This record gives sequence, C-alpha cells and structure tokens, in this order.
Amino acid sequence: MVDPDVGDVGAAPSLSAAWAIQRRVVWALLLREILTRFGRHNIGFLWLFVEPMLFTLGVTALWTMSGSVHGTTLPIVAFAVTGYSSVLLWRNMPGRCIGSIEPNLSLMYHRNVRVVDILLARVLLEAGGATISFVVLTLAFSSIGWMELPEDVLEVAFGWFMLAWFGMSLALFLGALAERSELVDKLWHPSAYLLFPLSGAAFLVDILPQKAQNIILYLPMVNGVEYVREGFFGSRIVAHYDMAYMALVCTVLTLLALAEIRKTSALITPG
Amino acid sequence: MISLSGVGKTYGTRLGPRAVLRDINLQIPGGQHLGILGRNGAGKSTLIRLISGAELPTSGEIRRTMSVSWPLAFGGAFQGALTGLDNLRFICRVYGADPRDKIGFVEEFSELGLYLREPVRSYSAGMQARLAFAISMIVEFDCFLIDEVVAVGDARFQRKCHVELFEKRKNRAMIFVSHDSGYIREHCDTAAVLLDGELIHFDNVDEAQDFYARTQAV
Repeated sequence: MVDPDVGDVGAAPSLSAAWAIQRRVVWALLLREILTRFGRHNIGFLWLFVEPMLFTLGVTALWTMSGSVHGTTLPIVAFAVTGYSSVLLWRNMPGRCIGSIEPNLSLMYHRNVRVVDILLARVLLEAGGATISFVVLTLAFSSIGWMELPEDVLEVAFGWFMLAWFGMSLALFLGALAERSELVDKLWHPSAYLLFPLSGAAFLVDILPQKAQNIILYLPMVNGVEYVREGFFGSRIVAHYDMAYMALVCTVLTLLALAEIRKTSALITPG
Repeated sequence: MISLSGVGKTYGTRLGPRAVLRDINLQIPGGQHLGILGRNGAGKSTLIRLISGAELPTSGEIRRTMSVSWPLAFGGAFQGALTGLDNLRFICRVYGADPRDKIGFVEEFSELGLYLREPVRSYSAGMQARLAFAISMIVEFDCFLIDEVVAVGDARFQRKCHVELFEKRKNRAMIFVSHDSGYIREHCDTAAVLLDGELIHFDNVDEAQDFYARTQAV
C-alpha cells in the first residue's frame, strides 16, 4: 500500500504531507534532469558547474587581455569572477525554465508532478551549478593568488542569495507564462542579451554619473551585484544598493509567478 | 471511493471553447470494476486523466478517498530519453517506493532483457506496453485506471496482465476505458457509455454493450 503518512490518496494532503510529496517529486525531477541533460558520458553531471566555469573563465581571460576599463583599481580577475558569476546566476534560470513544461508533459501523468515542481527542479539545478562554479573559481583563483578571498563572506552570501531569489522568481514567472505565450521565448533572448551590459557585471555603479546611478539601480540585479562586490572588496569600493527595494521586487515577482503557475497548471494536458 | 460531481472539461480551439465532457457524475466504490465504452475521440482518455488528477476539470468536483494510479496507457508517463530502468527509478522516487526490490519484478515481467538499459524511445509499441504495465504494478494502489493498454500486446502479455490484475489484485477497484466492448464485458461488473460528452450509466454490462453497439451502427 502507498504509505498513508505521505497522503497519496487523492484527498488534499495535510501541509506536512504535501511538503514531503513536493520534496520527493522535486528531488526525483532533479535527478532525472541531471540524467537527461548531462547523461552518463564523459564527465557526466560535472558539466553542471564546469559549463558556467568555462563561461566565467573565458570572460575573465577576455577582460584581462583587453584590460577592460571598469573605472577602478580592483584586480580584474576578482572583478570578472564576481560580475560574470552573478550574470550566470540570474540569467540562466529563466533561460532554462522557458519552454520547460512541454518536454515534461508526459511526466505529468503522475498526479503529484506539477508545473511548479518541474520549474523548481530546473531552478534549483541551475542555481546549484552557478553557485558551485562561483565558489570553486573563487577558491581556485585565491589559492594561486590571482584574487583574494572576500572580506565579508556573509555579505557575499546574502547578496548571492538575493540574486538567486531574483533569478528564481523571474524564472518561475517566465517559465509559467511561456506556456501560454510564445512571445516570452522570443523576447527573452534579446532582453537577456541587452540586460547583460546594464546588469552591473562589467562596471561599478560608483563610476556612473549621479543621474545614471539613480536609473540603473532600478534594475534589481544591479543592487545584488553591488552588494556581492561590497562583501568581496569591502572598503576598497563605494557600493550603491537598496536591498529593501530588491527584496520588494523579488516578493512581487514571486507572487506573480505563483499566480501564473496556478493559471498555467489548470490548462495543462499531460501527453 | 472516487466521486465525480458535475465534472466538465472544456478545451480551447481555434473556433472557440469546445466542451469535451459535460456534467459527469460518477461514483466508484472500492473493489468495483467499471468499464467505460466510447468511440475514438469520445473523451475517454480525458475522463481518465481527470479521474487520476493529472489534469484538472474546468468545472465540478472530483473527490478521492482511496489511492488512485496514474492512467496506465502505452504512451505517456515515461521520458523517452531515459532508459526503462531510469524511468522505473523516477517513478519509485515520485511515489516514495524503494526501487531496489522492484527491479527484479520489472525485469521478469517486461521481458525486456538488456533493452531495459536502453532509452525508452527505442522501444516498439509492444515493448513500451510491457514496460508500462510492469512499472505500474510496482506501486500498490486501491484503484487502477487502465486506458486500453491491456488490450494491446500478444496473447502471452495479455495472460500475464490477467494474472497480475484480475487474480492477484482482483479486490482493487479498476476503471477501464476502451472502444472494445468484448474486453469490458469480460472484466467489468458495471459499465457506462461516453457519448457526446455525457456519461450514460447502465444497470449491467449487457445493456451498456447493446446501447454502445447501436451508437456504433453505420
């Protein structure tokens, strides 16, 4: 028999049983995702963080060679690692979630596999990959003396968490919306491309004129990147951010995402 | 007990919304074997997906107080890129079952041999049906939903299905949907016919079969 504790009878399960089911299902989807995306060939699931690492390494190399002008005296390796890792964190999650429902429709024959589970599995995997890549690169570069460890690890962690929250809520929202409108997929790619130079990855807000600073800080991820950099470089830079504003945007985006997921779930036909 | 009250399902089409199912009322107590007859496109699979909870109704309410399987059909419920074994592990994880003691049964029942370790998309329809049926037997449900799957396959497969379903699990509730009234007659204690989006109930299987035959007349 199906364990009654986990509430597998169709009646609405209690909150704790629902939580147990959700954890189980998201974990199952996560493992499945790793298998279908990375397979069991060559380095397998290591690609999860090797791929973002290659991106970051490439950008670091380019910026170092071109002597990228970011208007500060900060070491360019540390600047590139903090900046580009942040971009990967908030940008890859929506990219993975848009169009993620369709290929998983057959799994939705199982009642407990819901739209939100499929999106969550992808979001967690992507966030995990970006985080591992960021940590590994930071440790590797600092061990060979190319960059220094962050001055305030907790501040970095909180900034990273906020960027992840922003990426997740955006991913859940766009992932669910994309099921109802093809425009999302079409418009996401140019938007993501255009947002990259504006995202604070390649510059410090402090070097901008006052007017531009006020405008650019409306982009939530700029606040997050500035916060991460303050944690890294501390007193060596002047960071500009409003984390309360960023939290507000993320909260609103999360609520919109949940509403959109609910709407999309009602329209899904497994098959 | 599964009960459907006033259940309707509408799909959007280019020409506006189309009601596929209208005001379906149905009660399935534990242990009952119900057959639902209907032509191709009558809405049988939609109805079974609604009963399973995989899809949500547009109107009405579905209550389940017993555990209900996913719709056992040949396609669906699997990921083509994964091997049969990976699909088995996935389903065990989703339903909270331990895959280790199930692999033996699935290997034996499905007779897939080394193909169990190959991607499902390389399987023939018959192989998929064997895998689907085998995997669906590893999680124990109070009610099984069966969408044609048993009706395909060769005689040997059908015999094995018969043993698993009608001998070992004969006291469970089962809902079959099919366009083959012979199969329903053989295995069900009660039957209904799905016609023009409405479910028509009958006192016994013979009456349902007669009615269905008349709707089938050319």
